[in-house]
Amino acid sequence: MCLGIPGQLTEKYEEHGLPMGKVDFGGVTKSVCLAHVPDLEVGEYAIVHVGFALSRLNEEEARMVFAFLDSMNGLEELQSGGRDVP
Amino acid sequence: MKYLDEYRDPAAAVKFRELIRARTTRPWAIMEVCGGQTHTIVKYGIDDLLPPRITLIHGPGCPVCVTPLEMIDQALVIAARPDVIFCSFGDMLRVPGSRGDLLSVKASGGDVRIVYSPLDCLTVAAANPDRTVVFFAVGFETTAPANAMAVWQAKRLEMENFAVLVSHVLVPPAVAAILSSPSNRVQGFLAAGHVCAVMGYEEYESLAERFRVPFVVTGFEPLDLLEGVYRCVCMLEEGRCGVENQYARVVRREGNVESRRAIEEVFETGDRTWRGIGAIPMSGYRLRPAYAAYDAAVRFGVSGLTVRESAECISGQVLRGMKKPQECSAFGTRCTPQTPLGATMVSSEGACAAYYQYRRMAVKT
Repeated sequence: MCLGIPGQLTEKYEEHGLPMGKVDFGGVTKSVCLAHVPDLEVGEYAIVHVGFALSRLNEEEARMVFAFLDSMNGLEELQSGGRDVP
Repeated sequence: MKYLDEYRDPAAAVKFRELIRARTTRPWAIMEVCGGQTHTIVKYGIDDLLPPRITLIHGPGCPVCVTPLEMIDQALVIAARPDVIFCSFGDMLRVPGSRGDLLSVKASGGDVRIVYSPLDCLTVAAANPDRTVVFFAVGFETTAPANAMAVWQAKRLEMENFAVLVSHVLVPPAVAAILSSPSNRVQGFLAAGHVCAVMGYEEYESLAERFRVPFVVTGFEPLDLLEGVYRCVCMLEEGRCGVENQYARVVRREGNVESRRAIEEVFETGDRTWRGIGAIPMSGYRLRPAYAAYDAAVRFGVSGLTVRESAECISGQVLRGMKKPQECSAFGTRCTPQTPLGATMVSSEGACAAYYQYRRMAVKT
């Protein structure tokens, strides 16, 4: 139920007084209400839930996990674990 | 960056598996709160990747599952009326009440429609001025802003042929109820990322302090869950409580201020009954008096219904993390996603349905 899908804003418009946008989800485009992320710009990504943009995706934060994993490469902690992994 | 496939990278998952193994020195029981997380865990076999000493306990975070039977019955009564167009998210249609489900009402001639967004109901209402459009406003905090906006917009547009049947539940009171139970065995939590995207995580800081447990706000992709477990294990091993935010690409500490404002405008907190769990004080939303005209339960006089659950179903224990789905005598035989007996089999996010779909396990016949 709380499924939120990342999509890219391709167009902004207004409908019945609400800020709306077209959001592309890997090829499928849907109308999305932008009332709660009003400053989302075309080209940016947001998490969308039941037709509402909930939160803008932060690209810098999104890359942190990969930087963290890279920093762990070759560390002793990593090498000591999992030798007997089936 | 597309924010999906990157978080399903098998090589990165293996790294997290090794990190978690290296950090685990004792048995730990960690609850993922949200049904969407349970779905990812079972679908991708995340639990099988973890060391045997880490137990993942599936939490009550599936709003479809915990919607009480009497709410479903109220929905069925309203949906069967010829003067009503009943709109719902698709996953509520197969949820059994005590006398059938919304699909069977539709089959007998009721006008039951699936909507993608609550705002779609207003379009339906505008096109059908001689009938009342009733929306089944089910959900956790994640869905509350959208449902609030539909009611707010209906009032603003002076739309009188629209009403909502509200069954909204809140995560923190349920977490507090689990932690307060004498039989609780949960030691750390993966908090639900999208609930926190709306509400932020200040409330979890208070819970962490009060119950001395760690919370990690966690996303929904395989790498999110593995990192969430890794961070939670680190906190448990170091004896730390508090809140860490694994899902920082989406969640800010204060949540979405605009969304919170919309919820606050339309809803107020009230007592709620959770299917399979029971009554939890101040654990849900109801409409504020200023929006009472949009309350479908009042408008159609259905708020007094009471009903009883199947005696065989153990979903209450599954929802509280006390039993696994396959421990039920009806699992996979008398209870399947097509003919569910209770809460946790009715939605794909329910633990029983996830096990049924992704685990080929021996079914007792």
